[in-house]
Amino acid sequence: MRIIPSWIRDFISVSDDDHQMAERLTASGVAIEGFYLPQHANNGRAGGPDEQSGPDLVYEAEVTTNRVDAMNHYGVAREVSAIYDAVLKPVEPKLPATHRFDFPIEIEDAEGCARYTARVVRNVKIGPSPARIAHRIELLDSRPINNVADATNYALIELGHPTHAFDLDLLEGGKIIVRRAHAGETITTLDGVDRKLSPEDLVIADAVKPVAIAGVMGGAGTMITERTKNVLIESAWFDPASIRATSKRLGMHTDASHRFERGADYGITSLACARVAELILASAGGELGDEIDAVARVIERPTLELTRHDVQRILGPGIPDQEIARILRRLGFVITSGRFAGNSNLISGSASTRVHGGLHFAVAESASDFTVEVPTWRLDIERPIDLIEEIARIYGYNKFANTLPSFAGAVVELPMAQKQALMRERLMALGYDESMSSTFMAHGDAKVFGVCEPVQIANPLNEEMGFMRTSLAPGMLNQVAYNLNRGNANVRLFESGDVFEMVGDKVNERRRITFVATGAATESGVHGQGEPISFFHVKGDVEALLTEFAGKVIFDTQTPAYLHPGRSARATMDGATIALFGQLHPDVAASRKLKQEVFVAEVFVDRLFERNLREAQYTAISRYPAVDRDFSFVFDDAVGFDRILETVEALKIPEMKSFIPAEVFRGGNVAQGKYSVLLRAEFQSSERTLRDDEVALWSQQIIKALETLGGVQRA
Amino acid sequence: MYTVPKLEDYSPAALERAAAELLAALEEESRTVSGEADWKTFRDRWMARKNGILTQINDTWLKAAPGPSKRDVGQAVNKLKAEVEQAMDAAQQRASGAASNTKLQADHVDITLPGIHHKIGARHPVLRVMDELIDVFVKMGYSIAEGPEVESDYYNFEALNFPPNHPARDTQDTLMIAHQEKRGQRDRLLLRTHTSPVQIRSMEKQRPPVRVICPGKVHRNDAADATHSPVFHQVEGLCVDTNITFSDLKGTLDHAMKSMFGSSVKTSFRPSFFPFTEPSAEVMVSCPFCGGKGCRPCKASGWIELLGAGMVDPAVFGFVDYDPDKLSGFAFGMGVERIAMMKYNVDDIQQFYLGDVRFLEQFA
Repeated sequence: MRIIPSWIRDFISVSDDDHQMAERLTASGVAIEGFYLPQHANNGRAGGPDEQSGPDLVYEAEVTTNRVDAMNHYGVAREVSAIYDAVLKPVEPKLPATHRFDFPIEIEDAEGCARYTARVVRNVKIGPSPARIAHRIELLDSRPINNVADATNYALIELGHPTHAFDLDLLEGGKIIVRRAHAGETITTLDGVDRKLSPEDLVIADAVKPVAIAGVMGGAGTMITERTKNVLIESAWFDPASIRATSKRLGMHTDASHRFERGADYGITSLACARVAELILASAGGELGDEIDAVARVIERPTLELTRHDVQRILGPGIPDQEIARILRRLGFVITSGRFAGNSNLISGSASTRVHGGLHFAVAESASDFTVEVPTWRLDIERPIDLIEEIARIYGYNKFANTLPSFAGAVVELPMAQKQALMRERLMALGYDESMSSTFMAHGDAKVFGVCEPVQIANPLNEEMGFMRTSLAPGMLNQVAYNLNRGNANVRLFESGDVFEMVGDKVNERRRITFVATGAATESGVHGQGEPISFFHVKGDVEALLTEFAGKVIFDTQTPAYLHPGRSARATMDGATIALFGQLHPDVAASRKLKQEVFVAEVFVDRLFERNLREAQYTAISRYPAVDRDFSFVFDDAVGFDRILETVEALKIPEMKSFIPAEVFRGGNVAQGKYSVLLRAEFQSSERTLRDDEVALWSQQIIKALETLGGVQRA
Repeated sequence: MYTVPKLEDYSPAALERAAAELLAALEEESRTVSGEADWKTFRDRWMARKNGILTQINDTWLKAAPGPSKRDVGQAVNKLKAEVEQAMDAAQQRASGAASNTKLQADHVDITLPGIHHKIGARHPVLRVMDELIDVFVKMGYSIAEGPEVESDYYNFEALNFPPNHPARDTQDTLMIAHQEKRGQRDRLLLRTHTSPVQIRSMEKQRPPVRVICPGKVHRNDAADATHSPVFHQVEGLCVDTNITFSDLKGTLDHAMKSMFGSSVKTSFRPSFFPFTEPSAEVMVSCPFCGGKGCRPCKASGWIELLGAGMVDPAVFGFVDYDPDKLSGFAFGMGVERIAMMKYNVDDIQQFYLGDVRFLEQFA
């Protein structure tokens, strides 16, 4: 919103310059975010209207949505008055003797329109506005139209109250009716657009047709033109919710609707009407009619009881009572009882020595220390806390001491925080960069990566973001593609984030950790040959995460279709799927234009985190030598290492410390469908040196066991 | 060149003199040995079975010794033999072992070549800043609280004192979940537009005193550009107790910003509006990058607007069944991306969500 400081100075006299005044305003609630010196509109140029005072500076002000009262010059002047404790000059239109020009106003809908004040001006001469009016309108980047339209615009900018001027002679049936639109009614608004009205819309109508959308925009059919002779000025108060609904439905956000939907000043309709009349008469001449003030209902402002105890309880100690009274009065509140009742000159005169609020604890507590009447322009003030904010902001936020509250509670750690932090640290140590991908996914991806019902967005930004992600994989694969397309061939990323699914009418939200890897595990370079990322690198990384938790991990091949069927695995703990990982299926890779092998691992941390972290336990280190024995076998491809290990472990040889595959070989003289494996057992006792005959015996047991799996020992 | 002399007599003195002469020669010759071939010549000269020096002393000293002296001479010869063997090993070590100059020379590497790196992943800059912020508040007694990203209208708006159809809702373009026409407004699901719903959930779960810090992801229906993203992160905090004042809010945030950006930063508060706080404030921090002189992150103003804050509106307490006449509290919140952008000089918010390793690895 633009504010012209010289206009503020029409109503108040302060010695600070415009920049100093801006600083004080910003600190108190009307944020002046910028200054701007318009180069147009004869601003301060020779011959221009402000030749004497120099060019006008314009403020770019930011007024919060609740402060509709400050969205105009008089309102800002009122702020200045409170900040500087200076007298605010009243707005007192000078009107000539009036005539009895009757014009009936019928408010059919009291809910939508509480008050409708009007005046008739006859025999006006439409023409351009006087230079001073036009100049100010131009400074605010508006376009002067004609002296009548500009008068309503000027009054709006000055007083904040939207008014409207009709060409009286175009109002059929000689009356105004405020009502809801009839089904099927239409109106062409001032902007030339035909609008279909709905029965919820409040309209201003003459005896025949709607002539304005109440509080939003006037109709083109009754607007002021060069031919206008007689004018009806409307200055009404419309219900915020009604205006908001209509403005939203029609997609019309106007200066008028902006104010009405935030709550305009019920009490100013008469003054605003008179001010518009004054401006019209000054520039367009004519004869003025009496005020016609139709009141359908009275908007009562509350009387609030404020205690200094509450002021101190919320703000902290330090504001003297006199200061509280002074601030509220300057803002237009009336204090009707308590020690500060009336408009006495307590403010300037007897500012006593009792400065500190704290001293007042000695005074007997009454139910309330200030009884405060709220002015009609402050619809945002309804409770004592609202007054406390007024006091605080005008007093100055930065005047309050910085204190630290004492605390009797304890810090409670989130149950999963430690596990979550551990997983992130592990993945970074394993070489994965932490990333963040989109929370959304396209419908196609929802089908590929989830078996669940995805959550649809009603108003997505675009189709690619139509659904909440059911898996982190597609987003991360997009990031892999982004990297590969830019020549970053080695990519390892992880993300910890939530996935979503619809379960009945609820949205289920679960934490996942997903990582993706492609390119080199170790890079080739001056120090030697590198190694590409393989299934087993990814499996190792999955194992590194899972082994942090208590429980046995079992791998099988039940994996989803987006993974390569021969190079993917599922990890389970106690039957629950904890991770799915492996190489991306070549079809899926091709459809995403991924031209190198990409590996994905999805870890279902919601399930994993239900488990306890593994506690380290010390086992004594044997002082006796360990003995290795190798077994060279040929097995059928169907016999996986897990079965071999299971079979050997079933022998329960306590001295067998480990049993590992040392080498695997396929092809050559090994028959198709079979493979050769070198297995290595390590034996060790914690009590003695092992004898050759015992080791030989265990070796025999192992060989026999392996033969039960169809294994054939190689010579 | 040393040659084995005949012993003048076999007296201990003569024997000793001869031995000393031999050892001196051994030491001198061993010192000149360099390289494998050299050492072999040296070895053969002293130890060859045929006519090596040791063989010679055996023949000329021991064998020639008269009976009574044989024992003494034998001992002396054995001792010399041990000395020679030891000298031989030492010379070999020097000449051709791992510690030989030649070997050391040959072993040298170009220490200016780059080291072999085990790649360590980088923490995401936004989450790094978020972790730092959380840490500051945990040290001040705040517990971390989390909540769902898909929320109901009730938690995201109504309980935070955003009445239905209120203009304040317009400022938060909300992404709605589809197919909810049948539900009442308060039950409609949406993507939370701030982490404030977690404050409501925290107050529902516990009685005061409450101190929680709520970090998390939020969504708005904002088209992506250099400063906007439909997804971003917030850290919000809430403190409720008896006798919590606006002064406490000021002191807490001043302390927190000093912990985060250094003890020299200052804070400044000015009025603002949020439906769930009253009084509401916007908190400016004196620019930690230029010390207030004016730079790009602070747009030459010396101050950066970093937080929204305020005293919890009594209406909010009404929704969680806290007595607003006895309790008071403050809440505050900040955007994490904004802080990360300023801290790391990132000029496009989209960089955070691309997963570009050239970007991420700068934060390793």
